[in-house]
Amino acid sequence: MNQTLSPKTIKWFSLGWMVAVYAFLYMPIVTLVIFSFNDSPLVTVWSHASFRWYKALMQDSDLISAVWLSLKIAFFSAIISVLFGTFTAFALNRYKRFNGRTLLSSMASMPLVMPDVIVGLSLLLMLVSLQHWLGYPDRGLFTILLGHALLGTAYATVVVTSRLREMDNKLDEAAMDLGCQPFQVFRLVTLPLLIPALVSAFLLTFTLSFDDVVLSSFLSGPGYSTMPMMIFSRARLGLNPTINAVATVTIIVVTIAVIASSFYTSYLERKRKREVAQAYSDSNN
Amino acid sequence: MNKVSSTLRKFIKGRYLVIGIPYVWLLMLALVPLLIVLKISLSEMESTSVSSMMDWTHGWPTVKLNFASYIFVATDALYYQTYISSLKYAVMTTVICMAIGYPFAYFMARSPKHIQPTLLMLIMLPFWTSFLLRIYAWKTLLVDNGVINNILMSLGVIHEPIAMMNTPFSLMIGMVYSYLPFMILPLYANLSKLDMRYLEAAADLGASPFKVFWLITVPLSKAGIVAGSMLVFIPAVGEYVIPELLGGPDTLMIGRVLWDEFFSNNDWPMASAVAVVMILLIMLPMAIYNKYQSEQMAVKV
Repeated sequence: MNQTLSPKTIKWFSLGWMVAVYAFLYMPIVTLVIFSFNDSPLVTVWSHASFRWYKALMQDSDLISAVWLSLKIAFFSAIISVLFGTFTAFALNRYKRFNGRTLLSSMASMPLVMPDVIVGLSLLLMLVSLQHWLGYPDRGLFTILLGHALLGTAYATVVVTSRLREMDNKLDEAAMDLGCQPFQVFRLVTLPLLIPALVSAFLLTFTLSFDDVVLSSFLSGPGYSTMPMMIFSRARLGLNPTINAVATVTIIVVTIAVIASSFYTSYLERKRKREVAQAYSDSNN
Repeated sequence: MNKVSSTLRKFIKGRYLVIGIPYVWLLMLALVPLLIVLKISLSEMESTSVSSMMDWTHGWPTVKLNFASYIFVATDALYYQTYISSLKYAVMTTVICMAIGYPFAYFMARSPKHIQPTLLMLIMLPFWTSFLLRIYAWKTLLVDNGVINNILMSLGVIHEPIAMMNTPFSLMIGMVYSYLPFMILPLYANLSKLDMRYLEAAADLGASPFKVFWLITVPLSKAGIVAGSMLVFIPAVGEYVIPELLGGPDTLMIGRVLWDEFFSNNDWPMASAVAVVMILLIMLPMAIYNKYQSEQMAVKV
């Protein structure tokens, strides 16, 4: 690099670099959406605009039942994940010293760093051994749910932990001084402050579950095909315009959900700030 | 006094509950399964089930360890090549993500403060769209009669379609595309906290922009570099979906081999041995990552 690079050149270079990266990130998504409105059965050759593949999608009962299965699994696994993730985050943040703390924190981050194939294989072998001893559980919705809940717990732990770190312990201590029982402190002070983090953890674990193909393939049994499993098996065979239509529908739903949740959390944040300001002014008067 | 002790008792119970519940949950689903994988990797496959490790024929239990799967993994050329090529693709992915992501994160951290949240949101947004669908989208772009070839041919740039699909090229596109945000986010988090005064001081003392970058910026962002590299490298080693959809028959990746051993060959001990070797391979980068994370924590505290 030489000294004579003017600030203007650097500015244009950096702008160009950033535009190029964003183009790289969004190009596939945009083409996916555009070609979902293509009338031609060839996915990549544009003929003219139509809703043909959306109509085909509505008649595709296999795919629709797969979507329902995925939604069910995603909803329940997100709830379980947030619950156990909150417990794990509390255990790791509120109790700095206990036997086996390191083990707990490495177990909680294990699913984050392990490749999916290993998590899937290990869970399946465990469930098979369990079934061998107890005759339960059969592979299907429940086993997929367990796998997604494990993965989700790890992510929810990260989200809740980062919120707990930001939070002021003094509020808890003040509540305790004022005579609250530990559970009351949790219910009246900590939980309301945690809600934005719980909402984002729920959304994150929901999407993770709704998107997962590797764990589901390992853990599912006959007759239980989730939406990503079905898309994966169709995509393996070749290009299929109904996949574009499914993609567009999910992109629209997800975008709405993300925007709505970001509005909701910022609304909660503003409300909390207003209440804090109100409380200060009340106490000053 | 009685009241105090009962409160204390409740508190202790709460403590055991708060620690105990996630502990049991994660032991059951994270640790025990890995131990079972280790156990099965040391067994052999009998007709329909895995051989039992405990042998009671002498009236007392003897543990039978079977290293056949490991010996096979260690001596078979295909496995050896697959591990090497997985590592090669993972390293390439990490290097390319770094080359694209570092300047990007740097420019992002230097852009006006009020647009930074939007820039960050735009990086995170693709995360919310299905990963599988985004990989599928690349397939529609890269195939011989795909969007890119069609556009180039209609513009007259090329006359024959370029064969991009099912090659190491398409695999790398998919890998870099999927893992780039994992590189950018920690780098940005690190670079946005960089104290500009160091850079100004170095420049005042006569360092060239290149020297400032190499001697000040890069060392100060070391933690971000390590975190980003590990977040890309570790999952990339075991990736299955991307090589399956975008890679060709000759792009060997260990995740695919494990999958085939399990689903096509039904050889559970072999699949488990492949998994254990993979865990050993990513253990070192994982240890480096954890060390840096805890050092970061120590600095913050």
